[in-house]
Amino acid sequence: MQEQKYKLNVGKIDEGFVIDHIHAGRGMKLYRDLGLGMLDCSVALITNASSRKMGKKDIIKVECPIDQFDMDVIGFLDHNATVDVIKGGKIIAKPVITLPKQVKNIIRCKNPRCITSIEQGLDQVFVLTDPKNEVYRCKYCETRYGDQDQS
Amino acid sequence: MNELRHLMSPLDLSVEELNALMDTAEKIRSDPERYAHVCDGKILATCFYEPSTRTRLSFESAMLHMGGRTMGFASADSSSAAKGESVADTIRIISCFADICAMRHPKEGAPMVAAAHSTIPVINAGDGGHQHPTQTLTDLMTIRSLKGTLSGMTVGLCGDLKFGRTVHSLIQALLRYENVRFVMISPEELKLPGYIIEELKTKPNAGFAEITKLEEAMPMLDILYMTRVQRERFFNEEDYVRLKDFYILDKKKMRLAKEDMIVLHPLPRVNEIAVEVDQDPRAKYFEQVKYGMYIRMALILMLLRIEI
Repeated sequence: MQEQKYKLNVGKIDEGFVIDHIHAGRGMKLYRDLGLGMLDCSVALITNASSRKMGKKDIIKVECPIDQFDMDVIGFLDHNATVDVIKGGKIIAKPVITLPKQVKNIIRCKNPRCITSIEQGLDQVFVLTDPKNEVYRCKYCETRYGDQDQS
Repeated sequence: MNELRHLMSPLDLSVEELNALMDTAEKIRSDPERYAHVCDGKILATCFYEPSTRTRLSFESAMLHMGGRTMGFASADSSSAAKGESVADTIRIISCFADICAMRHPKEGAPMVAAAHSTIPVINAGDGGHQHPTQTLTDLMTIRSLKGTLSGMTVGLCGDLKFGRTVHSLIQALLRYENVRFVMISPEELKLPGYIIEELKTKPNAGFAEITKLEEAMPMLDILYMTRVQRERFFNEEDYVRLKDFYILDKKKMRLAKEDMIVLHPLPRVNEIAVEVDQDPRAKYFEQVKYGMYIRMALILMLLRIEI
């Protein structure tokens, strides 16, 4: 195998999160859905980093106060990702990332017959109905996430 | 604890609650006088954002038979929805006027939104193609009253099994009883959705078969549940025209059935049951409507926590 020609180094962070082992290609979606672009702090998104375990992976490093984001979003988008919580330059926690029981306002129901398509101020809520097959359904109309060209 | 309860899906009720509800409905049926004033002073709001004949009148009749009164609207045009009012705001207002609300809405999940903002019990009276729990309660009540049990039945479901919400809910409700066998009778294009087949496969006590010919199924059935092929579910008029009269139950087919089989239908019936079948004593679909009123009476009592 050809040795990798280029190496990108992103420095250590003092306080924040490192989301590692993100399925290659999902990093940008995670970046968007976590609202990282709106944070007033340093964020590094590394895509296609080489990984012995995964071949390729994405990594996100966020330098921010450690109570600032929602683990459920990470669990929903990629529950195989790992998270290191950093404080004082050291890993202080490795929360277990699991599929959340429900997710709020991360994805939208695309069923045109669903009440979420017209009701003002209604949260978009999806509930985990089949953990084995990772099936989420709209709380209101029970449309399966992924059906009807959900994204 | 007097927690506010609503009914969104037939599965909101446990089997014990369901049985108790049917017991109450049976008591009302056998002694209606005793229940003639149990809802004196109570008001039922029927908020129907789309037209309905049977369901709305069944709810209203249920309340009137118990001494209560009714108010409401029969289409979105005659409500504040036409001015753009949200479901959440409408139910907040209705909660000030009525003691209980039955809501039909073309948008799926609308009654659930109403329930979340309501201070009175909300009953889902049909939300688009999603749920219609009181139809399922009606079906269960009819079967139990006419057959004496909900267990050990062979139930034929015929017609539009793909889009028919009443069929899906009835299967899910009957799966909670012992040894129920289903015979799914439909054309290829209107077969039961895969997720319900999967659910059926996980129940060791339930059996099922899928066939195309109604004649083949007739001799083995205890119950035949006919459904209408609904025009509004098709994107293509040609497909609708081709499939709408795929099954027509007539006298000839009825001759193949058991003496004590019963025929049910959520109504309205179009061509799928020939008018000549109405005279057959096994045709129970009009009687079914009456059971629907009794079970709605029992449901109103349960949600208003009125005990007799």
